[in-house]
Amino acid sequence: MQVLLPQTLDEACTMLAESQGRAVPIAGGTDLIVHWPCNIEAHQKAYLDISTLDELKFITLSGDSLIVGAMTTFWETITSKQVESEFPLLVQSAKEIGSVQIQTRGTWAGNIANASPAADGVLALMAYDASVTLISTHGTREIPLHEYFLDYKCSQRQPDELIHSFCIPRRSFTFDYFEKVGSRQAQTITKVGVAITNSSSGWRVVANSVAPMVRRCYQVEQLLEKKARIQQPDDLLAALDQDVSPIDDIRSTAAYRRCVLSRLIYYALREHCPWYS
Amino acid sequence: MTIAPENNMVDVSFTLNGKLVDVSVSATDRLLDTLRYDLRLAGTKEGCGEGECGACTVLLDGLPVNACLIFTFQVRNREVQTIESIDAHELEEFHSEGATQCGACSPGVVMTALWIRNHPSLLQTHQLSRLMAGNLCRCTGYDAIVKSLEASLSIQERN
Ligand SMILES: Cc1cc2nc3c(=O)[nH]c(=O)nc-3n(C[C@H](O)[C@H](O)[C@H](O)COP(=O)(O)OP(=O)(O)OC[C@H]3O[C@@H](n4cnc5c(N)ncnc54)[C@H](O)[C@@H]3O)c2cc1C
Ligand code: FES
Ligand code: FES
Repeated sequence: MQVLLPQTLDEACTMLAESQGRAVPIAGGTDLIVHWPCNIEAHQKAYLDISTLDELKFITLSGDSLIVGAMTTFWETITSKQVESEFPLLVQSAKEIGSVQIQTRGTWAGNIANASPAADGVLALMAYDASVTLISTHGTREIPLHEYFLDYKCSQRQPDELIHSFCIPRRSFTFDYFEKVGSRQAQTITKVGVAITNSSSGWRVVANSVAPMVRRCYQVEQLLEKKARIQQPDDLLAALDQDVSPIDDIRSTAAYRRCVLSRLIYYALREHCPWYS
Repeated sequence: MTIAPENNMVDVSFTLNGKLVDVSVSATDRLLDTLRYDLRLAGTKEGCGEGECGACTVLLDGLPVNACLIFTFQVRNREVQTIESIDAHELEEFHSEGATQCGACSPGVVMTALWIRNHPSLLQTHQLSRLMAGNLCRCTGYDAIVKSLEASLSIQERN
């Protein structure tokens, strides 16, 4: 196993480029190091330790956006009063990720880069229209998060790129909601989850664990924009069937996920939207 | 700096229980391996090796982390605190409330519990049971653990 220890972000990008993108960035390790002793194949790789790069650890609130560095941990977000008051879903989702021991190590970049369909951090970020900034020796580029994922565990990030930060536009939100359903109340992997916001830019409805990647539910968003009459949870199913494609797996069934997702959305909005019934 | 390209070894210095230590370990070693097998501090346990059980909980720069999910080279220049640094008298309520049976989870439980006790303001934003959710126990039952912590917190408040 080879270990690369950059002192600066510049050096990290150079090392990654020189390895021809073969080095694996390591942040909190809460995905990468799971079952490490048995994962012999992983012992053969090169690792680029970016967990200590201070340049990637920041939470900045500017005039029009919130910018959070890639190596910011969930715990650092949970304990940020600024984030909590303006972007409560970031704190809610971070609190739902694993346990405190996972939150103190796990980073936003790791959650995004892992590209899991069950990622809870990504769920909240997408509901806030976050974009991801990637950096390499060629410079930086910014990609809206809802376009960032291409398929199961697959994203637009090239092997020589690092996630630098994510950025969320500041808006005034009139509605926000986050719910995660798992098999227990804490430290559980999501069977189905949803995050919803409404602002001057319209409705955002995002679901996880119901498609190969975290998904915006565009058809449901349109129903909400049109103020379509929705009298019961099942009225959402036709739209949801176009938006998501849940499957049966070890954690749950497609039927359960579809049913629960429609109910989560319906009950979240029922009080808030008088035109619902 | 590139390390461990050939012989796979890494030199790491960090502060352990208040003292500076220098170790030469395999690049593949997790902090848990280094603590138990190089430094012979076997108080920190391995349960699941996947971040679920919390038996391997130690404090890193004052925050609870799972030692099974950190490479030893990642703690260079940082501060690690293990169960061996805890004074027996700090465990009085733990004993009196019967918060341990086989003891496999106890070192991890104690590290998280004492962290909470030393930062009581955490309870303004978190439920006690949520803060302890990363420490699984298969025999005592969580009530005794939570009770011992509540007892410890209330004694601290009175003093
Ligand atoms: C017990 C347990 C419970 C968990 N519970 C949840 C949960 O409830 N919800 C949830 O969403 N997740 C959960 N996770 C998964 C994990 O904690 C999160 O995905 C976390 O965000 C990963 O971040 P990390 O910093 O630890 O990533 P790492 O493990 O360090 O890396 C993960 C991936 O991201 C890549 N990477 C990291 N940083 C960068 C970067 N800057 N640029 C490019 N690539 C990068 C790595 O190469 C790797 O492929 C859990 C994990 C465990 C072990
Ligand atoms: S052994 Fe580390 S969490 Fe179980
Ligand atoms: S005392 Fe046996 S596992 Fe907790």
